[in-house]
Amino acid sequence: MNTVLKSVALLALLIGAPHAAEFNTLRPEQSRMAFVYKQMNVPVEGSFKRFNGQISFDPTKPTLAKAALEIDLASIDVGSAEGNDEVAGKLWFNTKQFPVARFVSASVKPLGNSRFEVAGKMSIKGRTLDASTPATFRQEGTNAVFEGSFVLKRADYGIGEGMWADFGTVANEVQIKFRLVASSVASKQ
Amino acid sequence: MRQATSYTRTAIGLHWLVAFALLASFGLGLYMQDLPLSPDKLKLYSWHKWAGVTIFLLVLFRLLWRLTHRPPAPPADMPAWQHVAAETAHWLLYALMIAIPLSGWLMSSAKGFQTVYFGVLPLPDLLAKNKELGETLTTVHQVLNFTLAGLVLIHVGAALKHHYIDRDGVLARMLLFIKKA
Repeated sequence: MNTVLKSVALLALLIGAPHAAEFNTLRPEQSRMAFVYKQMNVPVEGSFKRFNGQISFDPTKPTLAKAALEIDLASIDVGSAEGNDEVAGKLWFNTKQFPVARFVSASVKPLGNSRFEVAGKMSIKGRTLDASTPATFRQEGTNAVFEGSFVLKRADYGIGEGMWADFGTVANEVQIKFRLVASSVASKQ
Repeated sequence: MRQATSYTRTAIGLHWLVAFALLASFGLGLYMQDLPLSPDKLKLYSWHKWAGVTIFLLVLFRLLWRLTHRPPAPPADMPAWQHVAAETAHWLLYALMIAIPLSGWLMSSAKGFQTVYFGVLPLPDLLAKNKELGETLTTVHQVLNFTLAGLVLIHVGAALKHHYIDRDGVLARMLLFIKKA
């Protein structure tokens, strides 16, 4: 640790404000990655059971925040057993070849009222595209909770090809809803 | 209410409309359940549900019509036990025609798939998603359907017996295009 960092750490200790903490550890077990898709115009809920990643968020310096998430696509639950078998296949996620979906943030723009626009790169099934989502921040006890939702167009990533490419039965727009919980672990530095 | 010699045109129309809708829906239900997952399967499931809601509404209207319009009396020489059997069977048919769409709706809710009538009108989910309950209701839906199928066979058999053996015009009362006896 150089002297600058030392003095910054000392300053933080001296100020002692709760906001001085940086939230730097994602808590997947308290977080949730869910989605709603429409088949025959019927909204169906699903979720990913396993995901992990890194988050760093200092409420006093939100523009410096970073997030990198990895979602285990085989952990998907689309609402039925036969659906889960289907979406693991080549036409959908092809999880054997592409087991993980990734989002890596590039910028965080404050929108006011603890709301932010997070932009970055999304990689699914071998395709990497720009993606962005609004997210809210609030503190719950010692944890930070980030919530938001955005629309992912499945065709952009080739999710649902061949006979599923038509949007007549399964709509292109999938609403992704996330609730990410992060805590501060001081010993990280 | 005056005792008529024939069913009203409305009653006859509803009877055959519901009969064909039930037959089509029953056949579709049997066919679709073992299909591998595909867009077509999802379409068929939706069509089956829309048909079920439609049949349910038609049957409600039929029931209302039946309760406000007295059906023609049975033939005078019909034995009492047949009279009781016919009466029982008819009310059982109504009960099943009401219960089957309801069981399908509940089953769909329990499996986590809302019913959206014609893809436009969402029906409320009366049950929360529950895998075991969904499987139980699937069995209930199937048992009710096969009970109805059995009862319909008896119903058709009795109608044909009246027509070809008793020759008493009971079947003709439910037909629009056959000269009444």
